Amino acid sequence: MFNLAGYGPQLFSGMVTTIELSVLSLVVSFVIGLLGASAKLSKSRPMRGVATVYTTIIRGVPDLVLMLLIFYSLQIWLNDFSDYLNSLQGSFTFAFPLDPFTSGVITLGFIYGAYFTETFRGAFLAVPKGQLEAARAFGMRPKQVFRRILFPQMMRYALPGIGNNWQVILKATALVSLIGLSDVVKAAQAAGEATFRTFFFIVVAGAVYLVLTTVSNGVLILLERKYSVGVRKAAL
Amino acid sequence: MIDILQNYWQALLYSDGYGVTGLAMTLWLLVLSCAIGFCLALPLAVLRNARNPVLWFPVWLYTFIFRGTPLYVQLLLIYSGIYGLDFVHHTAPLADFFRSGLNCTILSFGLNTGAYTTEIFAGAIKETSHGEVDAGLAMGMSRVTLYRRIIIPAALRRALPAYSNEVILMLHATTLAFTATVPDILKVANDAYSATYAPFDCFGIAALIYLCVSFTLIFLFRRTERRYLAFLSP
Repeated sequence: MFNLAGYGPQLFSGMVTTIELSVLSLVVSFVIGLLGASAKLSKSRPMRGVATVYTTIIRGVPDLVLMLLIFYSLQIWLNDFSDYLNSLQGSFTFAFPLDPFTSGVITLGFIYGAYFTETFRGAFLAVPKGQLEAARAFGMRPKQVFRRILFPQMMRYALPGIGNNWQVILKATALVSLIGLSDVVKAAQAAGEATFRTFFFIVVAGAVYLVLTTVSNGVLILLERKYSVGVRKAAL
Repeated sequence: MIDILQNYWQALLYSDGYGVTGLAMTLWLLVLSCAIGFCLALPLAVLRNARNPVLWFPVWLYTFIFRGTPLYVQLLLIYSGIYGLDFVHHTAPLADFFRSGLNCTILSFGLNTGAYTTEIFAGAIKETSHGEVDAGLAMGMSRVTLYRRIIIPAALRRALPAYSNEVILMLHATTLAFTATVPDILKVANDAYSATYAPFDCFGIAALIYLCVSFTLIFLFRRTERRYLAFLSP
């Protein structure tokens, strides 16, 4: 039961891949989300336009379609680009091979960046304006206002949304096995086909995800407690 | 791009000449799984708010498991896992049911969206203000009447924004059907890609169709919200 018919190590390394992929995608989408939210709230009309088109299209199209679109197209574009570079100068040979892991991170980051943009936009707007004006009045530069005033308070409002997005990203990594990444789902499928016990191994993969989502739920509750220090809750 | 559209527009929209495919199949999957999810969620949401642990615990476990694992894993479990079990293989009706990719897809989609919808409805039921319940009880309503006339209609209205979100997410989730050989939009696009090796065109066309469906759904839900949540408008 517990040595998983000898497939324990494969499943474990698959789980590690899943975790790495989700954490890296989270980081990428977090950064894109911050940039997108700043663009959406900026005064420049073209910036707002680009950010709005980005979030609208990405959130209107299924992630699997986008994943296949980006995964297959990106490789072709990169090949064209390296061909172009090679035609420019013959001494080097450029090549940008793209493995499923990298393209998985890029795609998931790009897709969930749109969701983070909306989360952060709402959270930025939730910070009282007077706080920012007070910070400006103290002579803080915009960068300092962001780092000292806006970001710490914004995080409190954004945390529930971040937690939600994290859970969605974690579950979306299962799709990356469709483009050939050997994550925990792929490992479970391989083990199941080899031993004719598909049901058992898929249940194991499901249990891995269940543990991951439950643990991250616990972490999220702790984080929420940390970021809402000093906030009085209504006693009901 | 043009020749892909010329060759595949029929398959992308309604049929490849043998059966229902493309947009029609995607919409069928969406409607059927949402209907199953809705019918499942309504009684389960009531049980989820029950005081007796024997009633709420199984529902909690169901939503916990189905919301905590990826839909792809659930689909794999039902499509390739269950069919591989010995007793299913040797029981004729079960084997017939689980052999079909479409049946397995609809079953797993329905169970999945049912879990999310249960939590949405349960949250809305929980938010019922106690005054409404007191008023209903004071009118001499029985528990069943109270639920039927007061709690559930009001809760469904409150749940509408979250539920519309869930339907959009379900539309996006139907793309997984192509892994179980169901010929939805993505499957047709994938076939076109295998034939032409033009990923951006093929998946781009699919993305545009999904975008149109998403926008149509959002538009319809906005109108529904304007009608049923009119009392909330400023």
